[in-house]
Amino acid sequence: MKKYTVRLTLNGTPREYSVGANELLLNVIREQEKLTGTKYGCGIGECGACTVHVNGKPTLSCLELAVSADGADVVTIEGLARGGELDPLQKSFLDNNAVQCGYCTPGMIMVGRNLLDENPNPTEDEVRTHMRGQLCRCTGYASITKAVMGAGSAGAFRMPAE
Amino acid sequence: MYMNTNTRIIAPEFDFAQPKSLDEGFALMDEHGADARLIAGGTDLLVQMKMERISPAWVISLARIDELRAITAGKGLSLGAMASIKEVSVAAPVKAGYAALAEACNAYSTVSIMLMGTIGGNICNASPAADTAPALLAFDAVAVVKSARGSRRVAMADFFAGPGKSALKPGEILTAIELPEPAAGSGSAFLKISRVVADISQVCVGVSLVRDGDRITDCRIALGSVAPTPIRIAGAEAALGGQKGGDAVFDKAAEIAARDIKPISDARASESYRRHAARIIVRDALKTAWQRAAEGAAK
Repeated sequence: MKKYTVRLTLNGTPREYSVGANELLLNVIREQEKLTGTKYGCGIGECGACTVHVNGKPTLSCLELAVSADGADVVTIEGLARGGELDPLQKSFLDNNAVQCGYCTPGMIMVGRNLLDENPNPTEDEVRTHMRGQLCRCTGYASITKAVMGAGSAGAFRMPAE
Repeated sequence: MYMNTNTRIIAPEFDFAQPKSLDEGFALMDEHGADARLIAGGTDLLVQMKMERISPAWVISLARIDELRAITAGKGLSLGAMASIKEVSVAAPVKAGYAALAEACNAYSTVSIMLMGTIGGNICNASPAADTAPALLAFDAVAVVKSARGSRRVAMADFFAGPGKSALKPGEILTAIELPEPAAGSGSAFLKISRVVADISQVCVGVSLVRDGDRITDCRIALGSVAPTPIRIAGAEAALGGQKGGDAVFDKAAEIAARDIKPISDARASESYRRHAARIIVRDALKTAWQRAAEGAAK
């Protein structure tokens, strides 16, 4: 089987892989990089659990060939924290208990981050519309929506009292 | 079919190419012929490959051919085949002159799929449920198709050949979709009914009409998910041409549309529900388009 060289930036670090054309970006991230924050859910673009950022845009890594991502800047849930400090949206998910089983959480945060970058103070409707592709089977949508709405302006965020 | 088929991997192997120009793409298409499939956003094609409904020996990506992404407004509007659904939905000339298309794009699946999926892929996939198809049919759009041997223009009404079948011939690439300039007094609208907003439609409709005072001088009505291909309903259009606009004629046209469509019953909706829903959304879309034609601002 022919192998293709794929060079990309993953969470800020240049990486190089040798993959078959049928290798999916999701499996490179999970199996070669062992970055298992990004989840495999439905595999057909209906659940959003595999969402990563490719060149700044939310992308379903289960429907992206690794060879197509050659040259791209890829960020996964593991790449959102800066210098040991969680992204404000990650903090807001903790603050709002917006996690039950946690399987959908990385995808929720990657798409939520994209919304907040475009619109730092979204309404509830805007959050629900933007995140319509992210399924939570624990049905924790109320707290997830609250977490996204509360994370927008960095100043609005408060760490929970110890 | 492989025993281990699932949606976690693409089991069959294939070769891959990312041409940087159309000419390079034509050469690859001619070399590999029926063994090759073009990939745009991949959101439909890769699902089919995971399911092993198709197993091409070559996958040729159009993603690196920059000229295919352009959205250019002149006398009408030209949408590069590789423009994403999101890019089309936010393009100023689309919002200003082609409301039904902007609405169809915004009704499209999810944010990630809107960013990945392309307008060209949406119509080349030739799903009867393609959201952009009724809008493009309503605007009488034209597909610009090129190959190593030249180019041709295909009216959108002739583009859909059957479920999953487009008018493209071996070696051809859809490069752009052109929409004519809206006539003065134009108004349009798109409506979609689906089980949940991110789902494909149970039925959807795009309408475009031209209003002169209280008369409808021209009208196109197209529906999706109600026949083997997205279709225009000539009988409903004829019922409106030259008539005075208003609830009575809109109801009449909606009734004809509900009668003339050929829906099936499937997991998403029954035939009778589709006819019922079609009647309501055709009527509502006509009312909205009529109103917009009067306002003159949003087309």
